[in-house]
Amino acid sequence: MSPRGPVRFQQAKGERKRGMGEQILEQLPLLVALVLLWLFLWGSFTVVDILMGIFVAVLVTRVFELPPVTLSGRFNPLWLIVFLVDFLWHVILGSIQVAALAFRFGRVAKSAVVEVNLETRSDFVMTLVAIATSLVPGSLILEVDRDKSTLFLHVIDADTPEKIEKARGDVILTERRLLRALGSRDELDRSDARCSAVKR
Amino acid sequence: MPNTSSGDLVDWIVGLLLLAGALLSVAAGVGLLRFPDALSRMHAATKPQILGLICVLAAVALEQGNWQTLLIIIPTLILQMITSPMSAHMIGRAGYRTGNYRRDLIYRDELEDDIERAAHRPE
Repeated sequence: MSPRGPVRFQQAKGERKRGMGEQILEQLPLLVALVLLWLFLWGSFTVVDILMGIFVAVLVTRVFELPPVTLSGRFNPLWLIVFLVDFLWHVILGSIQVAALAFRFGRVAKSAVVEVNLETRSDFVMTLVAIATSLVPGSLILEVDRDKSTLFLHVIDADTPEKIEKARGDVILTERRLLRALGSRDELDRSDARCSAVKR
Repeated sequence: MPNTSSGDLVDWIVGLLLLAGALLSVAAGVGLLRFPDALSRMHAATKPQILGLICVLAAVALEQGNWQTLLIIIPTLILQMITSPMSAHMIGRAGYRTGNYRRDLIYRDELEDDIERAAHRPE
């Protein structure tokens, strides 16, 4: 796809050569999530279930090996809640908007393709921003430029420059909330600097 | 149910949630039919449905009121939330790349501008 794509993967591979302990630590959030999913699906929490879950989780991550998801190491549950509440609010607003559009007769809604440049360089945060944006009705991710951390969205009912800027601002705000919850310190600082520059 | 009046209240909330979920699904269906091109239709096909699903799952959780149900509902919702943007993205991307959308309904296309810039960029 791009010249930097494979290079990044190699970096990830190089990282995997680090100590076994670090390797396990890095994979731990994923393993815990998989074990929890296993337990949830069985609906019981006996020792045998947990051991079986750990076995399946390790097996699945070994067989379907992917580049490790690198987390920033920062996590702020309070900001995660702020993000989730805000997200749910946007989902409700967007659902009503799209539902209303479906029943609006007469004028056809025009849409726009909007480019949003993100601050983050982390694949994980970028994926989360993309998912959150996609889930909010009215916006759809068309294309992702991973090297430049740029998302291209299709925004429904965006026929004025103000509506386009609003859509762009919403995504940048989503990114900021996510960075506050689980992004690295300096990406958050960069995002802060950008937002205050926009306000001025 | 501890007593009838709180049971009634729960039933009412459950009913309203189910109704809201159903209405959102209807809106999604109508949008799917009425929106002009593939890209706009994707909005209708994937979006109101997420809130609809949340409503219906919340209704089920309230009605059942035990933690085993919750343990099935939470992964259902999370997996749905992770996978539905992917399908929307893949279809949207394919639709855009194959030109399967109505250009006259696009107010501004910044991706096209970006492709244009990339094409004229000296390597």
